[in-house]
Amino acid sequence: MRFGGLFAVNELDLAIASGQLYGLIGPNGAGKTTVFNVITGVYTPTSGEILFEGGSIAGQRCGRITRRGIARTFQNIRLFGEMSVLDNVKVAFDCRQATTLTTAVLRTAAHREEEARVGHESLELLKIFKLDHLAQERAKNLPYGSQRRLEIARAMATAPRLLLLDEPAAGMNPHESTELMDLIRWIRDRFGMAILLVEHNMKVVMGICETVHVLDYGSTIAIGPPAQIQRDPKVIEAYLGGA
Amino acid sequence: MKVWLSAAGVFAGLFVLNGVFMGSLVPGLAMPPYLLQVLCLAGINITLAVSLNLINGFTGQFSIGHAGFMAIGAYASAYFTVTFGQALRSALGFLPPFARDNVVLLVALTIGAVLAAIAGFFVGVPSLRLRGDYLAIVTLGFGEIIRVFILNIDAVGGARGYSGIPKLANFFWIYAFAGLTILVVYRIVHSSFGRTLVAIREDEIAAEAMGVHTTRAKVIAFVVSSALAGVAGGLFAHYLMYVHTNSFTFLRSFEIIIMVVIGGLGSISGSVLGAVLFISLTEGLREFAQYRMVLFSLLLIVLMIVRPQGILGHKEFVTFLTKRRRSIGAAPGTTGNA
Repeated sequence: MRFGGLFAVNELDLAIASGQLYGLIGPNGAGKTTVFNVITGVYTPTSGEILFEGGSIAGQRCGRITRRGIARTFQNIRLFGEMSVLDNVKVAFDCRQATTLTTAVLRTAAHREEEARVGHESLELLKIFKLDHLAQERAKNLPYGSQRRLEIARAMATAPRLLLLDEPAAGMNPHESTELMDLIRWIRDRFGMAILLVEHNMKVVMGICETVHVLDYGSTIAIGPPAQIQRDPKVIEAYLGGA
Repeated sequence: MKVWLSAAGVFAGLFVLNGVFMGSLVPGLAMPPYLLQVLCLAGINITLAVSLNLINGFTGQFSIGHAGFMAIGAYASAYFTVTFGQALRSALGFLPPFARDNVVLLVALTIGAVLAAIAGFFVGVPSLRLRGDYLAIVTLGFGEIIRVFILNIDAVGGARGYSGIPKLANFFWIYAFAGLTILVVYRIVHSSFGRTLVAIREDEIAAEAMGVHTTRAKVIAFVVSSALAGVAGGLFAHYLMYVHTNSFTFLRSFEIIIMVVIGGLGSISGSVLGAVLFISLTEGLREFAQYRMVLFSLLLIVLMIVRPQGILGHKEFVTFLTKRRRSIGAAPGTTGNA
């Protein structure tokens, strides 16, 4: 991925197996979020290929990529603030719904059934994330940690097979981030999806990721299990500076 | 089923009211013509304001070209009635006379709505790629382009205005269509598609990331909104029996926006209230002659200071009164708790 003369992410090879918890780390400006934006279709890669379940998704629209099974959360929370917690999740369910404008205006039986089903499933999903008691609250009034959880819940509602989490532990206290680690692990085990995690909180990354991928200045400097990464001299240099 | 029964009730009620107001039902009890006309124009304003709220209030796409689509509806339906109305009326010989006129009106309004919708599509596809101020300026421009275009068509009177339109619209039809507009917009907003629209208003990037086809949703909302404005234009033409492009300048678009904003963006009942309040104020202040618009703008300024979110804010009238928390399945963006 290149912006003008700047290589934001260069020659990145990244393969995530289904059901894998994959961590992507690197110092500020290493290109982690750019990787996310390229995968989710915000940017079209200037060269290279992105394959998802055997098909190319490079350069497709965000909405289409989501419907194919890749969902994401945002580094800076992007909830639908004025909408209720429940409606936030319902919107994400809608990408798999069959209702159209005509069925909505005529309010057909099929439309009402669909609405009832979506409402029910959304509440179930909120229960998993312990947000069901806040279902009618406006999203912007939630405490920070709950907003983060709601973002993950909303992404889950699109039924992804690959979930991209952009700094989910940012701004969380140690207790909340421990809970988050359990939650991420639990989601993976329950739904069997692959998770790509960008995170600065090393406790979270090293605690749950099976493979950690380190980026610096847009290039890979190390890939491996957490224990190996922690000892890698190049990684230590990138984070702490050379001796 | 229930909705059809209540719709039938509303129709019957409007029909009786129409008879009373026209003085044909109870002799000697007709409404003064001036008041009746104000009432009818208020009904047309309701249709305009509620339809504009769909795109400005719920979808959050600030469009100021609504008068252009109203003009298309007005001129297209009027042209149909003037040119083909007589032929259609004789073709409908098997119907009683009053039914013939109403069929002609309905066909004319449909044509106006369809043409306004088509125009809405072609304006919407390129413009809705823009956001905020840019979208506002482009829609303003398109509204004026439509007006100037019509001004130069000699077949519909050009700068002389278009006269000789039969009076087919009345209190009954104007309020029947206002009711229909409210029903359509209410149902759209309270459906999955409506949730999508509010999500776009709240955060377009996040909406797209949740699998929403944002461009398509915005264009659909814009087309529906334009079609309803076309219906309002058609009623306007068939009620006043004369249209001139001066009625569809950007000032008209601003008037509709004022109605939506005083009532509260994203509130259907707010738009109804705004439309009625607008015409009551502009008509009620007539006795102050040259100070009329000064007073009117003062009132608007006071309102914007006291309630910048509009009289009803994001809420609907019912939730506004009760201040209750909304129940599951209530409209997005209509929360009762602040």
